[in-house]
Amino acid sequence: MPLFLNDEQTMLRDTAKDFVAEHAPVSHMRKLRDDNDATGFSRDLWKQFADMGFTGILIGEDHGGLGLGHVEAGVVLEEIGRNLSPSPFLATAVAAVEALKGTDHAQRWYPGILAGETVAALAIDEGAKHRTAVGLKAERAGNGFRLTGKKQFVTHGHVADLLIVAARTAGSPDDEAGVTLFAVPKDAAKLTVTPERLADASLAARLEFDGVDVDADAVIGEVDAGRGPLGRLLRAGRTGAAAEMLGVGGGAMDMTVNYLKERKQFGTLIGSFQALQHRAAHLYSEMEVARAAVLKAQQLLDAGDDKADAAVSVAKAMTGLATMLSVQEGVQMHGGIGMTDEYDIGFYMKRQRVLAEMFGDANFHADQLARAAGY
Amino acid sequence: MSDLEQFRAETRAWLEANCPPEMREPVRTEKDAVWGGRDQSEMTPAQKLWMDRMGARGWTVPDWPKDYGGGGLSAAETKILREEMAKLRCRNPLSSFGISMLGPALLKYGNEAQKKEHLPKIARGEIRWCQGYSEPNAGSDLASLATKAEDKGDHFLVNGQKIWTSYANKADWIFCLVRTDPTNKHNGISFVLFDMRTPGVSTKPILLISGYSPFCETFFDNVKVPKENLVGELNKGWDVAKYLLGHEREMISGMGLGGGGKNPLIEGAKKTIGLDDDGRLADPLLRGQIALFEVRARAFAAQSERFIDELKAGQAHPAQPSMMKYYGTELNKARYELMMAAGGSDQLEWESDATEHGREVRAWLRTKANSIEGGTSEVQLNIIAKRILNLPGA
Repeated sequence: MPLFLNDEQTMLRDTAKDFVAEHAPVSHMRKLRDDNDATGFSRDLWKQFADMGFTGILIGEDHGGLGLGHVEAGVVLEEIGRNLSPSPFLATAVAAVEALKGTDHAQRWYPGILAGETVAALAIDEGAKHRTAVGLKAERAGNGFRLTGKKQFVTHGHVADLLIVAARTAGSPDDEAGVTLFAVPKDAAKLTVTPERLADASLAARLEFDGVDVDADAVIGEVDAGRGPLGRLLRAGRTGAAAEMLGVGGGAMDMTVNYLKERKQFGTLIGSFQALQHRAAHLYSEMEVARAAVLKAQQLLDAGDDKADAAVSVAKAMTGLATMLSVQEGVQMHGGIGMTDEYDIGFYMKRQRVLAEMFGDANFHADQLARAAGY
Repeated sequence: MSDLEQFRAETRAWLEANCPPEMREPVRTEKDAVWGGRDQSEMTPAQKLWMDRMGARGWTVPDWPKDYGGGGLSAAETKILREEMAKLRCRNPLSSFGISMLGPALLKYGNEAQKKEHLPKIARGEIRWCQGYSEPNAGSDLASLATKAEDKGDHFLVNGQKIWTSYANKADWIFCLVRTDPTNKHNGISFVLFDMRTPGVSTKPILLISGYSPFCETFFDNVKVPKENLVGELNKGWDVAKYLLGHEREMISGMGLGGGGKNPLIEGAKKTIGLDDDGRLADPLLRGQIALFEVRARAFAAQSERFIDELKAGQAHPAQPSMMKYYGTELNKARYELMMAAGGSDQLEWESDATEHGREVRAWLRTKANSIEGGTSEVQLNIIAKRILNLPGA
């Protein structure tokens, strides 16, 4: 399979590009922020995503979805990134859909996702940095389990209908085995959800499980075998976050290169200065390499290739590095105006920082790759 | 079975039956690379067998047309051949400037007689070519070259000097940029071919910081070049030169890939530094640097695959080779800096048996030319800025 988009994927990209730019441009995100919107995204827009078929991209045709892959999901995510559109798409239509795939929960939650009514949130992280360890305790109690512990960085956790929670049913936090994934409904008793606004104006919740009781059928997949669905969730989430970041970095780069062609100083366009040309050209190179890494990971995931794990880490890390450069150069080359709230480039910097952190930053993934390579 | 699956199965069977075992060992030294040429006395029997067998099938240049000695394979078939060769660890049977640079230029700009004469000999490794581009006063500003070719009726009379001519002392023929109109900078250059045995041609190797002499000064003193050896139109050689430079940059960018098999950087670091109780490299700072480097190296491998795929499909931006060249060579320099850090003082021994006569330290120094030859990194960045990003001229 060649490493570029095929005709159908290119058509989907064009559709997504037009749709997101029209319905959720940066001004849409700015307005939600200025209104101090308590949801953090537009439910109407989520419905429209469903009407376009986007929310069913990764859902199989047997469940009424499109039965497409990570390349197609990434195409939509890149446009979300380019427009900084607040959306449950990554957590719900990509990561959650993959986690639930092939489990009894699929038929329960997929219809709502397909309809653009259900929103899922991912309760994975327990500390400030993403780790592979899972410590939140799930002990057998009555017919089901009792959950005790904390989660954080749960995007849209305060409004999600479904919380996907990684918990420990056996062993200690660092153990590979003994993890179970749970589907926890939003109104569970003894669950405290505290939304916090992040730097990019998105809302992420801190969750406190103070002995939350769930039925046995809340288990996603099998007890103690949660690394399976959690692995699917993380591979999809990381690849998706990388694709969204490509859009963020690409959007920032386009804005910046355009600015170099408009802004005059010393009586000439600043884009004619070699000092800036070389930096822009270097940035372009980094972004091209990141784009290839993301597409490679998406294709390997879609092919079910066992090299996908490494490719996913390469994609997440490389995109983190390349797009960090993009937003930093973006603000710097815009000069003073780049520091103003009125101008959009700063939003790109904030969004990049959040996505870079999500599901493990470049250092985390470089470390994962090093471990896998035996050093 | 689809046609491509069948092609894959047949290709694999043929490679297994025909690739000598010695040609499946990792490439370790410069002597392991096969360049071909009139003088094949330094080739091992296995190298010669492998080159001849692949050459006879046209698989040294799988995607060239069969009429010109190529394999006539489609882009998909070529990719399968490369994949199967990689799986069996088959070495490249022949790597030459004829294949990577002159061939593509002749296919585009050569006349039928030139293609019929030169391409099959390149494919079979019979003639080794060198590139006469840079001059003492024409480096990054290549188009200011001054080597003169005067029209003498049936031939050109060439006088002047080239520099940084890779392996000119070992090459059989040269493709050369000459000035045919001194009044017009870019439109006064022509692209000619001639035999290095022509009277008046002489070469002088240049000793480099690595202690080796891969480059030469090349002198032309009243060299007669037949008119039929002009490629493309008179005074339009710059178009050919630029097209060929794109292919040269592609080739050099391949250096960023670092080859298959065991990763020498990681293996080297493990050997000198060792692992801690958790199985991690005992120097955490160097480990972090290597790990972040490897992210870029692996991502660049994906980009190389993407670039080749786009190129074959006619979708690559014409200036994209500049990006590949820039990134690949900078990456290769970074790799060797880390290899030197990993090797420590062991690696500094210039002549010892332990270092195989300073193999890595000399290779480290050699990489410093990667971002200079074929257009400096700065020239590539200029090209990206102007032709891809469309930034305004200074």
